[in-house]
Order: sequence, then C-alpha cells, then structure tokens
Amino acid sequence: MAEGISYTVYELYKDLTQTEVYGQTLVELAKKDERIVALTADLARSTKIGVFFDAFPERAFNFGVAEQNMMAAAAGFAISGKLPYVSTFAVFASMRTAEFVRTDIAYPNLPVRIIATHAGVSFGQAGTTHHCTEDLGILRTMANMTIVVPADSIETAQFVKASVDWPGPLYCRIGRGLEPLAYMEEDYGFRIGKSVLMREGQDLTVIACGVAVLPACEVADELAGEGISLRVINMHTIKPIDREAIIAAAEETGGIITVEEHNIIGGLGSAVAEVLAEEGIATKFKRLGIPDVYSVIGYPEDLYHRYGIDYEGILKAVKEMLEMKGVR
Amino acid sequence: MAKVATREELIHFLQNKATDLRRKIIELSVIAGGGHLGGALSAIDILVVLYYHVLRIDPKNPRWEERDRFILSKGHGALALCPVLADRGFFPEELLSNFNRLDSPFGMHPDRNKVPGVEMSTGSLGHGLGVAIGVALSGRLDRANWRVYCLLGDGECHEGSVWEAAMAAAHYKLGNLCAIVDRNMFCIDGPTEKIMALEPFKRKWEAFGWNAIEVDGHDFAQLIEAFEGLPPVTSTVPTVVIAKTVKGKGVSFMEGVGAWHYGGLDSEKERRALEDIEKMRPKG
Repeated sequence: MAEGISYTVYELYKDLTQTEVYGQTLVELAKKDERIVALTADLARSTKIGVFFDAFPERAFNFGVAEQNMMAAAAGFAISGKLPYVSTFAVFASMRTAEFVRTDIAYPNLPVRIIATHAGVSFGQAGTTHHCTEDLGILRTMANMTIVVPADSIETAQFVKASVDWPGPLYCRIGRGLEPLAYMEEDYGFRIGKSVLMREGQDLTVIACGVAVLPACEVADELAGEGISLRVINMHTIKPIDREAIIAAAEETGGIITVEEHNIIGGLGSAVAEVLAEEGIATKFKRLGIPDVYSVIGYPEDLYHRYGIDYEGILKAVKEMLEMKGVR
Repeated sequence: MAKVATREELIHFLQNKATDLRRKIIELSVIAGGGHLGGALSAIDILVVLYYHVLRIDPKNPRWEERDRFILSKGHGALALCPVLADRGFFPEELLSNFNRLDSPFGMHPDRNKVPGVEMSTGSLGHGLGVAIGVALSGRLDRANWRVYCLLGDGECHEGSVWEAAMAAAHYKLGNLCAIVDRNMFCIDGPTEKIMALEPFKRKWEAFGWNAIEVDGHDFAQLIEAFEGLPPVTSTVPTVVIAKTVKGKGVSFMEGVGAWHYGGLDSEKERRALEDIEKMRPKG
C-alpha cells in the first residue's frame, strides 16, 4: 500500500458486504432527505435494506413476494415526489418484473433506484434459478435506464450517495457476499458514467466491472514485476458507457479484454464491442464472462474460477493476448 | 363547468356532457383511423362523473399538489380520456387532430410526459392499480387529503398483478384509494366469462379485503351516489366500484358486440353512430 493512503476508510469497509453498505448508506442519506423511501418484496433481511426498515419504519414498505406490484408501486411513489429505492434479488428485479421496470419506470423516465442484489453468480450455491447473468443485457435495451455495477463496498457507498440526485431511473447490481475491496480509499472521484483508471498501462487493457475489477488489478500488479504494463479500467457504469476511455485504450494499448460476471452476450463486453466497431477501431478483443450457458451450482469463488473471471482466468487470457501481440 | 343547483340539474348536465363526449369519441376515432370504441363508450359515463363532478383538479395547474389523482389503468381508454381532458381545459382540443400521427402526443394509450392531465403512462394492463398503491402510500406519508382513483378494465383483472395490488391495498389499509372496474363483460377475444371467468367478481374483491360496490355504470345517479358515499380518505378500507357497463354503449350496432373492442368507422357508420348517440341527449 502506497504512503499517504488513508487506512481508515479501508478498515471501515473491509468487513462490510456491498449489501450492508448499501443499507447503511441509504439510512444516512434518508436522515437528511425525506423523499427517500425503501421498498422490498420479502427480502428486507437478505438485501440488507432491513436496516432502513428499522430506522424508518414509516418510509419502508414490504410488498411480500410480489415483485411486479412493488415495481409498479415504486413508479407511483416516484410520480408523487418520492425517491424510491427498490431492493430485491437481481434475477427478480430484471426478469420477473422486466415489463414493469420498462413500462412504469424507464418509459416515463422516473427516478426509481433499483438495487439488484445477489447478482451474477454471487449466490452460486442457490443454483441457476437464483443466478442472474442476463440483467445487463435486458436493462441495457431499456431507453432512459442508467446501469451501474460497483466494484466493491467502497464504490457501492459512492454510488448510493451519487444516486440521490441522478435525474432518471437507475439499475445497480451488487453481489451478496463479502468481496475483497478493490479500492483503498473513497475520494477517488466516483462519477456515474465515468470509468476509473485503476492501473495505467500501455501493453494491453482489461476493462472490468464488479467483482472482476480487483483480480484484474492484481494481474496488472503481478505482470508489472515482469515488465509488462497492463491498463485496468473499472467500467462501473455500463450505460451510458464511457466511450472515450474505450477508444483511448484501444488506440493506446492495441488490445482489450472485458471481464464481467454476466453472460458474454449483452453486457459489458457487448457494450465495449459496440463502441469499437462503430469507431472503426481494429484491435485485439476478447470477452470473459459466462460463455452463454446456464451457470452451474457452486460457491461464487469456484464459479468465478470455472468461468475464468478470477485472477487465474484473467491472467491466462491476458498472457494469451500478449502472445498474439508479440509482446513477450 | 356549469353551475348546477339541484341533483336533477347535475344529472342533466352530466348526461348532456356524456352525449357531447360520445360524439367526440366517434369523431376522434375517425381522425385516428380507428380506435378502442367499445371500451371508450362503456367507460365514458364513469369518466364524465369523475371529471365533471368528483375529482378535485385544476386544468390550469395539472400537477397541483392537492389534486385528486386519476390513473387510467385501462390505457386503451385514451380515446375517451383525451377528449375529456381537452374539454376540461387541460389542452386545446385542436391538438387532438393529429391523434395517432407521427410525433403526436396523443395515441391509443396515454403518455404522462406528453399529455397534460395524464397522471401515468399506461397501456399495458395490470399496471395501474400497482402504481396507484405507490401514489396512495405517498399520500398517506404526506398526510394528504386527496384521493387516488384508478379505472380498470374487467378483462384486465385476468392479470395476476391486479390481485397483487389488491392484496397490498387492503394490507396497507388504503382508504384513500378507489378503484373502478369498467365491467363491460368483454375482453378482446370474447366474453370474459367464456375466455377466463371472473365471477364471482364482487366476492373476489371482498375476499381481498375491499369495500366493493356494484352500480350501473351508465346510471349517473348511481355513480354519483357511489363516489359521494366513499368512506373518508382516512378510512382503512379501499373501495372498488364495479360499474356494470355495456361495451359500445350508445351505438346500436356496437352495443354488446365484442368485435367492437377495436374498430374503424366509414362515413355511413359514423353517421349512424352519431345519430344513435344524439338520441341519448336529455330533453330540455
């Protein structure tokens, strides 16, 4: 750890899951902002919005196991001047209620904040019905929708703070467990829509989001010892995507690997590929993610390994692309 | 809005207004190249009672904080709602002349961001009552004394989400919420009881914890009585007014004919429709 970095923030967040940070940050914001209301569908405890329910019982609403009605009601709160934060598992937030999200929230462009927890394969042992590797693809096709995938608990807190004044609908996907922190401090200038340069590099670029950001950084640190400079970009906002960062990475490093806890179709990799194709930039390119299969049962770490989005998987892909480029 | 001294004058005024608006629905369907005529004509008397007698609204200030909220959950009723909003002064009636055309604010289903007075963009069925739950809960939080009204179609009540919302309204004791069902007995493919039976309909709502009232949805006295008799906003039970209506009401060749859910009129049919409607105008 470099000198001058505050250890306090790291210490504060290192034992908190993204869901816990979400719940606690929202409670702090709600003390100052009376518009904030919280909604869940029988997952107050699991999504950790339960702390909000304890702090502000009058402004917290449980809809039972009825997610469609919850999304419609969120729209009703929003047209009544409230700022609804809706929490359920990603699989339900994006698919069970997809048409409610699109018709009641995205189409009328309402400031509803959908906090989708247990995203990707972060609830791996629950099995494929509870995995969610489709949400980014589905939500990305909804006009007006902004999509954010925080890298860790620190970024989750930054996102929740930034979300309050965001004008339109927001979809944020976070994990379930206690993921190690990708950041050491919180004042790195988080802005919705602006990616974060995690590691400067010229030989190749890894563009990652969510749980893949930290291992990508670790790969860069490892390769630095071998004289290879790997650029790592945390593309926390999937939509609107930071086109400039992608263009610069392609032009300056000549190769891009995307890493995401999502089907390789429709999510971060697709979004990056669209920018590259439209800009007419020829570059080496690879998408890491769930390879268009239904992810199997297992603990998240084992699944990250199986699908090559952990340290080893990213390292392998980076080395292969470096070889293709003739860097080593 | 006419000033009326007695109940008889009020009913006379509303009947007259409903006749005018039925004519406008027919004319608008011709401009639009077709429309949801059956359901517009079955719902128009309900809309007239709401917009000319019940709702506290200010057409010059459509988002007035203290207004009553009305959500057209059966969004395909836009053909009826838009002429009502124009007539009440939310926007000039001439604007309706490009209904359904490229870039028009007006189409088969209403858009809250384009049409003043439209509370919520609707069209997909089974959404409006859930939205109304969020609005009613917001009203409760703000200790407001306005009400939320939500008009549903009966075929719409096939949607499971309607019953999710019905459950939530009773659970949260939303006495500030009034649902109205346009019970015209038809969905697109035929009679509701043949396609997917809804009966015993009133008992379903009661079983979900609602105060359920049945009225003749074309009888102004009954409609007025139902709305005037709603429990106070602070009460703990939501009310549903099941308005028994006739699909295509007022046009002899449409009444009770399921195929007129959506249709277009040639000039001969338009003439006959307007002739029929004029017969509904009260004397004097």
